[in-house]
Amino acid sequence: MEIATNPTDTPFSIIMPKPIDHENSSDQIVQPDRETVGIPFVKHPRMSCRDVVVRYGDKQAINSISIDVGKNEALAMIGPSGCGKSTFLRCLNRMNDTIPSCRVEGSICLDGIDIYDPATDVVPLRARVGMVFQKPNPFPKSIYDNVAYGPQIHGLTSTKAELDTIVETSLSKAGLWDEVKDRLQEPGTGLSGGQQQRLCIARAIAVSPEVILMDEPCSALDPIATAKVEELIAELRTQYSIVIVTHAMQQAARVSQRTAYFHLGDLVEVGATDKVFTNPLHKLTEDYITGRFG
Amino acid sequence: MHHHYTFHLELNHLNKELLKLSAMVEDKVRKAAQVIETHDQKMIQSIITSDYEVDEMEIAIEEDCLKILALHQPVAGDLRFLIAVIKINNEMERIADIAVSIAMRVDNISKFNHQEAISYNFAPMTEKVLSMLNKSIDALVNRDSKLASTIFLDDDIVDKCRNRCYEDIKVRIKNDPNHPGYHINTYLLARHLERIGDRAVNIAEEVVYLVEGTITRFD
Repeated sequence: MEIATNPTDTPFSIIMPKPIDHENSSDQIVQPDRETVGIPFVKHPRMSCRDVVVRYGDKQAINSISIDVGKNEALAMIGPSGCGKSTFLRCLNRMNDTIPSCRVEGSICLDGIDIYDPATDVVPLRARVGMVFQKPNPFPKSIYDNVAYGPQIHGLTSTKAELDTIVETSLSKAGLWDEVKDRLQEPGTGLSGGQQQRLCIARAIAVSPEVILMDEPCSALDPIATAKVEELIAELRTQYSIVIVTHAMQQAARVSQRTAYFHLGDLVEVGATDKVFTNPLHKLTEDYITGRFG
Repeated sequence: MHHHYTFHLELNHLNKELLKLSAMVEDKVRKAAQVIETHDQKMIQSIITSDYEVDEMEIAIEEDCLKILALHQPVAGDLRFLIAVIKINNEMERIADIAVSIAMRVDNISKFNHQEAISYNFAPMTEKVLSMLNKSIDALVNRDSKLASTIFLDDDIVDKCRNRCYEDIKVRIKNDPNHPGYHINTYLLARHLERIGDRAVNIAEEVVYLVEGTITRFD
């Protein structure tokens, strides 16, 4: 991933926090400045989101967020519960379409094409932007069928041999092949939690996505299974863009190249992960990651 | 990584311990500066024999830092604070060691049966070095990176004091060639004082890192 640093290439420069105007601030508690600071934009983005607003009925869950997802980067989204990070993640492959009261404004482009354009078909979109959920959710089918299902319905293969190859490649990329190659016909639900989650990742990979969204993918896993998934994220990043929502901040620190901090529906800060965890620009980020929030 | 109350209490405790150590070390340097003038045997011995207090405190602070790093994995300002404490803690211990070296050297000088030599006036240099140490500790206490950034100006003055002492001692050795040991020890006092100044600069650099997050070297 290439982070733009040339200040002349607006808006690709680092956005610094505005200085506090002490002279004009009153004694009243004022809403802290929550305009995005840091590096929300990258050169050659895979996805670019501009002025995204999300409403559930009358309630505004996301307040005008603009951010890019780079190619070959893992972007971590952190923030307290209810800050809008999962809502925003679900916008990236139109998962929010399934919620009738949900309205999404602004633009979200994948390779320059607006995914909210009425002409966009969500079925291939969700193959290109795959998703892995908090709880592993394999289909009640065999391990083989779990992975083969996507390529079959998207018509990616014409022969059984091709399908076999996709299943093997996907399971190998997900680091699961050696563990399941001798029992491909057994049910996917019979695997351990960590294996099930990697099966779900293999299922997402099988349809050749460009972006993989992960919503707290390790929260139901033990430390060993978590370590395996994290290693997998590091490998997958070389081929795909990954956006991961996590409550485990050390996980964000370990797996991502950029970290975005969400706060009450605002995107407060985005920056290089090492910078965010050593010297964040925004006080709200600092307060949250050091446990002084609230 | 969401820390509970005890984590912040531990950081506060660590801060207090470091300030206690700083006060202890500052006191030792002040006493070392005094014995250069007075050659007070009682004070010299007290500086030498009480060094263990600083050593013990330094080890306790380092152990606290390692424990907090392992148990709480601090980030951002908390991480910078811990890194700064580890480094400043080390600088403080070394400064106390230099105070002991000064005391031992003064002890040595005072035993020379050499009445003719005129004692070198260290007062302007010790005053500057003490003010540097004081400034670096003030900057640490108040998290004042601006104050910390002014310290390198003082360091230049201290370096000049040492150079002046060197030139002066060269002349003295030429004029009084029978007591080279006395004169060399006198010069080495200037060298010790200058090293305390350097370490005060290191502390100030850590304060800038702690406050601003940028690694600074005042060269």
